[in-house]
Amino acid sequence: MTLTLDEVRRIAHLARIEIDAREAAEVHAKLEAIFTMIDELQAVDTTGVEPMSHAQDVVLTMREDRVTETDRHAEYQRVAPAVEDGLYLVPRVVE
Amino acid sequence: MAQTSTTNPAYRGSGPSWEVVIGLETHAQLSTASKIFSGAPTAFGAAPNTQASAVDIALPGVLPVLNRGAVERAIRFGLAVGGNVAAKSVFARKNYFYPDLPKGYQISQYEIPVVQGGGVDIVSPTRGAIRVRLTRAHLEEDAGKSLHEDYHGMSGIDLNRAGTPLLEIVTEPDLRSSDEAVAYAKALHGLVRWIGICDGNMQEGSFRCDANVSVRRAGEPLGTRCEIKNLNSFRFMQQAIDYEVRRQIALVEEGGTVVQETRLYDPDRDETRSMRSKEDAQDYRYFPDPDLPPLAISGEWIARVKAGMPELPEAMRARFGTAYGLPDHDAAMLTASRETASYFEEAVRAGGVEPKTVANWMLGEVSAALNRAEIDIAAAPVKPPALAGLLARIADGTISGKIAKDVFDAMWAGEGDADAIIAKKGLEQISDEGAIEKLVDGVLAANASIVAEFRAGKEKAFNSLVGKAMAASKGKANPAQVNAILKRKLGG
Repeated sequence: MTLTLDEVRRIAHLARIEIDAREAAEVHAKLEAIFTMIDELQAVDTTGVEPMSHAQDVVLTMREDRVTETDRHAEYQRVAPAVEDGLYLVPRVVE
Repeated sequence: MAQTSTTNPAYRGSGPSWEVVIGLETHAQLSTASKIFSGAPTAFGAAPNTQASAVDIALPGVLPVLNRGAVERAIRFGLAVGGNVAAKSVFARKNYFYPDLPKGYQISQYEIPVVQGGGVDIVSPTRGAIRVRLTRAHLEEDAGKSLHEDYHGMSGIDLNRAGTPLLEIVTEPDLRSSDEAVAYAKALHGLVRWIGICDGNMQEGSFRCDANVSVRRAGEPLGTRCEIKNLNSFRFMQQAIDYEVRRQIALVEEGGTVVQETRLYDPDRDETRSMRSKEDAQDYRYFPDPDLPPLAISGEWIARVKAGMPELPEAMRARFGTAYGLPDHDAAMLTASRETASYFEEAVRAGGVEPKTVANWMLGEVSAALNRAEIDIAAAPVKPPALAGLLARIADGTISGKIAKDVFDAMWAGEGDADAIIAKKGLEQISDEGAIEKLVDGVLAANASIVAEFRAGKEKAFNSLVGKAMAASKGKANPAQVNAILKRKLGG
C-alpha cells in the first residue's frame, strides 16, 4: 500500500494539524514505513482467528445507573478563557 | 405483494411511475438517570453546564465508565424488535471537530453494534401490513449544544447534554412513502415508550429522526439519496419527505441529477435546504476506542432482561382480539400505549360490563375528553373502576346511554361516582310501563300532524315522535320501551 502526499495533507487537515511542505514530506516517509510494516503483518495467515478490537483480552466493567457527580461548573469555568451566562464562549461557529 | 410504485398522488411525475425509497435513522434518548459514561445527571432544562462533569467536558486524564442502565435499555430494545443482541460489541471513536464535542470525537459503535437486525411491524396505507427491517441499533453519547445568539461575535456552549445516552436505530431502505415513514416513526415511538427505554418527548429532543430519501423509476437501481436532518415532529417528517420527493423528481425530469448531500427542513417555508454536500462531508476515521474494551453481554443477562419485559404491543393486540372479541381496529387503538391498554384491562376487570362497551367508551367519550383537556390517559380524572361503574348502570338499565354521557361529564368534573351523580340529579331511567304510556299519550295528542304524516306512510315521522317522547322525559325514559309502546299505539 502506498500513501500519496495529498493523502498526508488531507489527514493533517482532518486532524486540524498544520504542516508545511517539509514536514509533510517527513511525515509521508514515516507513514510509508508504517504501512510497509502493516503489509508485512498482512502476509500472516489469520484464517479462523477472531479479530480483536483491543490488545488485551478483557471486557468492559460497568457502573450502576446512579447520579454520583455534583455541579462543579464554577470550578471548571474558572480556567475557561471566556464564559458568560454559564456558557463557555468559543469563536463563532455556524455550520 | 407488489414492491413497486406508490399510489401516493403527491409523487406522480410524468412518464413511467416513480418509486420513492426511504430509510430512517432515529436517535432515541435513553431514560437513564445518569449519563452513558459519567455519573452526571441527564435531567432536561437545567442551568447551562451544571450537569456536565469532568468526563463530559473532556478534562485531560478522565476515563469513561459505561452505564449498565443504558446497556440494559439497548437489550430491551433488541428483544422487542426480535434483533440479535450481540454477545460482544465494540465502542468506536467518531472523530470530528466541533466545539460542542469537547473530546474531538464522539463515542459511538461502528463495526459491531449492540443490536443487529430485527424489525418493526407497521400498516402501510398502500401496501397493508409490512415489516420494516432494522439494520442495527447502537449505543452512543450525545453532543452538547451550541448557541449562536450573539455573545460578542462568539458562540456559547452548553455541555449539559454532552454524554447523554442515545440509541441510534437504523432501518433498511424499506419505506416507500412519507405515509409509511410516519407510520414507522409512530410505531417505533410507541415501542420505545412501551418498553420504558425513552420518554419519547419530541419537543425536548428525546426522539429525533433523520430521513434518507431517494427516487427511482420503478424497477431501476437505487437513486442517489439525500439525508434530511432533525425532523422533530411527525407532521414535519411528512412535509419534509413530500417536499424532498417532489424536488428530486422535478430535478431528474428536468434533466438534472440528485447530488448526495445533507439537507435541513425549514418548517416555516416548507422546504429542504442544502446543509453540506458529500464532497466536504467529514471523514470520521472511526477506530475502536482504546479506553473501552469490548462490551460483553451474557446470555444470562439477556434472559433476566427478557423475564422483566412487558407484553409487547403486537402480542397484546392479538390477545385483545381473541380474549375480548374486539375488532382489530379497536385492539390496535387500545394498544397504542401501555397506559391506554392497562386502563382498558382494569375497567374490564372491574366487571359488570362487556369489553366491547368499554372499548367504545374509551375510543369515544374518554378519548374526546382527554383531547379537550389535553392530558394523557394516566391523568384522566375518571379512573377505570369508575368508568366500569358508570357502564354497569347502562347495562342494568338504570340509565340510558345518552344520559350516561351527561353522568360521565359530571364524573369528569369531579362531582363523584356514577351512582352518586345519578341519585343526586334524579337521572334514573324511567322504566315504569304506565308512566311511559302516559308520556307517549301526551306526545301523540300534542303532535297530531306528525301522527298524520306517519299514517300517510312517512316512516321518518316515527323517529320524530320517539324524539319528542324522549325529550318530554328529559331523556330519562327507557328508549326501547318508548319505541315499543309507540309502535303498539300507532299500529292499533
